[in-house]
Amino acid sequence: MNNKHTPLFHIRKRGMLKWYQVWKIRLIAILLALIVDAVITTLVTGLNPIDVYATIFKGSFGTPRKFWVMMQNVAIMLCVSIAITPAYKMRFWNVGGEGQILIGALVSAACMILLGNKLPSWLIIVLSFMLSTLAGAIWAFIPAFFKAKWNTNETLFTLMMNYVATQLVAFFIIKWEVPKGAGKIGIINQSTESGWLPTIFDNKYLLNILIVFVLTILVHIYLRYSKHGYELSVVGESERTARYIGLNVEKVIMRTLLLSGALCGIAGFLLVAGTNHTVTTTIAGGRGFTAVMVAWLANFKPLGMIITSFLIIFMDRGAGDISSNFGLNASFSDIITGIILFFIIASEFFIRYEIVWRKKENKEEPVQEAPIDETAKATLDEADGKEE
Amino acid sequence: MRSEKPLVEMRHITKTFGSIVANSDANLDIYSGEILAILGENGSGKTTLMNMLAGIYFPDSGHIFINGEEAVIASPKDAFSYGIGMIHQHFKLVNVLSAAENIALGLKDEGRFNIKKTVEKIKELCDRYGFELDPYEKIYNMSVSQKQTVEIIKALYRGADILILDEPTAVLTPQETGKLFNVLRNMKNEGKAVVIITHKMNEVEELSDRVVVLRKGKDVGSKFTKDTNAEEMSSMLVGHPVNLEIDHPVPEDPRPRIIVNHLTVRNMEGLLKLDNVSFTINSGEILGVAGISGNGQKELLEAIAGLQPTEEGSIRYIDDDGSEQELIGKDPLEIQNLGVSLSFVPEDRLGMGLVGSMDITNNMMLRSYRNGRSMFLDETKPRDLAGNVVDELEVKTPSLETPVRNLSGGNVQKVLVGREISSAPTVLLTAYAVRGLDINSSYMIYDLINKQKKQGVAVVYVGEDLDVLIELSDRILVLCDGKVSGILRGGEADKRRIGLMMTKLGGGTADE
Repeated sequence: MNNKHTPLFHIRKRGMLKWYQVWKIRLIAILLALIVDAVITTLVTGLNPIDVYATIFKGSFGTPRKFWVMMQNVAIMLCVSIAITPAYKMRFWNVGGEGQILIGALVSAACMILLGNKLPSWLIIVLSFMLSTLAGAIWAFIPAFFKAKWNTNETLFTLMMNYVATQLVAFFIIKWEVPKGAGKIGIINQSTESGWLPTIFDNKYLLNILIVFVLTILVHIYLRYSKHGYELSVVGESERTARYIGLNVEKVIMRTLLLSGALCGIAGFLLVAGTNHTVTTTIAGGRGFTAVMVAWLANFKPLGMIITSFLIIFMDRGAGDISSNFGLNASFSDIITGIILFFIIASEFFIRYEIVWRKKENKEEPVQEAPIDETAKATLDEADGKEE
Repeated sequence: MRSEKPLVEMRHITKTFGSIVANSDANLDIYSGEILAILGENGSGKTTLMNMLAGIYFPDSGHIFINGEEAVIASPKDAFSYGIGMIHQHFKLVNVLSAAENIALGLKDEGRFNIKKTVEKIKELCDRYGFELDPYEKIYNMSVSQKQTVEIIKALYRGADILILDEPTAVLTPQETGKLFNVLRNMKNEGKAVVIITHKMNEVEELSDRVVVLRKGKDVGSKFTKDTNAEEMSSMLVGHPVNLEIDHPVPEDPRPRIIVNHLTVRNMEGLLKLDNVSFTINSGEILGVAGISGNGQKELLEAIAGLQPTEEGSIRYIDDDGSEQELIGKDPLEIQNLGVSLSFVPEDRLGMGLVGSMDITNNMMLRSYRNGRSMFLDETKPRDLAGNVVDELEVKTPSLETPVRNLSGGNVQKVLVGREISSAPTVLLTAYAVRGLDINSSYMIYDLINKQKKQGVAVVYVGEDLDVLIELSDRILVLCDGKVSGILRGGEADKRRIGLMMTKLGGGTADE
């Protein structure tokens, strides 16, 4: 009648795994990704994969400077990731991180340019910190307001806000460009370093990193232990439950996005005042989008994002180094990182499900104990025979 | 009539979902020309076992034989090719299509699709088994029972010889249930195998020829219905004898607690859901609300709880000291702040009453987390409460940290009811409090509700099992099409009369 064989394999849900089992699966995924990467590297470029991996490692850890640059990048990535997390926990799909960073960066740059010679440096830092935070918050609040009042689509709205922010930055770059006609602002206050975040312990990145670390802890506490954090989880899980317990859903949406945008604004401030000391239309560098992946991989747990943002940046920088060191096309590093990310994301499937293969010997199953009638048994044996 | 040899044999079927064992080493025989009832508590694996026959799940181990030959059913398509059709609890129909289109959907006929041919064949099936159906009627215009008819014909149209129905009467009125049973008997007489999954004892007795009881994923007994009785079946179900009496204490000093006057409610689409509804809820009494689902019960409870915007009317809350508060126009938080202790067990437990992804402790504080001025959560009290609820209501959970969506239906309901009564309410609103719950859990919920009543709580019990409504309630309000069809005294109500009042306003003469 039908095919008599059991399917070759089928997929079955797993029970809850212990945390070390989960990490075992993830580690295996990364190892597999490295093997696949090695094969592809050899096939495509003819290079020795071990050399390539060594370069990746050196790209991040090779010199103290490289190490600190990487840590600085990790910090900014982490900052954006924790920034979007409150919104995502509330199932508000904020893809406007990019625009919120840009606006924050623009406001910081504006403070440095406009106030550079008029106020003491520390005051400029404080002012630009506060104003960029506010600017980012407003940029995120606009779509949140429309979502709360008229249930607009936040994904499209925040995406569009990115373009507006980019154009605004482009406009002000032309307005403030140095020298005229250069099409860029250049390093702001290069001689006075006015409004630049100070160097501490002889390390110009350390302050950035510490600020982000503190913010991460604060966001962790906010989400895990505060009433606000609890409320936004309820809204994210079920709006009906939120209304049932008398929550003002509109208020929670707007409040959460103010926080989310404010943190993105801080990321913009750190980029301008802390590292770049200038603003460009590409200063956010796609972090608003990469952050979604970083946050999701960490299951929206801020402390977990320390690891995932490190992982992403580590690979990104290493991959960048191999393309320059071996004279390869920049796309090649994208291939390498792409494969690794693919494996990491795919491993989540194997954390939740397992694949059960058809057993070779059906006879191992307790068929014999069963009081099945003779015809059935005969058919069963027949089926077994055919299979072999 | 009944075939000599079983048509379907399921042997040593095991199915697990992660750490949850749905079926372990279960066996089942299905004969043609017989109505088989599968009886089991929640989570006893009835539906999972049947889903494996219908190709929804694939067993981890075990064998299925159809007509003595081993069958591999890896998809619903395979199931159809073996003549197995299953009618699920949630209908799988396309709303904007007509009955005939839904029935023909997905079938590959020779040549062009010919709706007339389909309709002819449907009419033939209707005549043969006694269905009433207009094949051109659109699904969205249909009542639940008509939709069910479409589902059954869909299975027969595909040539099903084995028809499995998952709790088919849960959404039907007594009259509709009677019709369905007649159709099923006709099918049996035609030599088809009919399987109904149920946990209602009276249906087993009324309809089935044989009953198989499942407990903890395993078959624990197979009996001819005529050789057994409700007591024996329920002790097989639970594993020990149970008392099937529902306590009915006499109300002590009932006084009006909530007076609803001329309440009119429209839903979002502007449809009239409640039309000039007036009644009183007394303290120390249980007011039963009967009605076909979707006749305004949900809106009624949600209006009282402050979740449903109303068009007209008043809902007045009367305190012990005689002071009155208008509840209309206030949201749940404002009602709570008035000092009105109102508890609400909504129909949609995980979508409204609880947060599925949160653990029991976090769900316990849904209503009370605001207490205190600190901006941080106080988790100690909710954790104690969670521990108490789990102990007292015998909630089966691996730990307090388990997300409630991983619990079975009965345990989810215990968590919700436990939380709602923990705040010592003066009004308790419950919607389908025992829907989908097994006997043990159901009786525990009845007890809890009675306990609240004895403490002077005004209880509203929206239910669907009329026997229970009659036994439990002091008065029964019957809703029909958003209007009060009548209010009966619990003692003098009978099932037939309530059934009539549910379908037709007044349904004869109403009391009060």
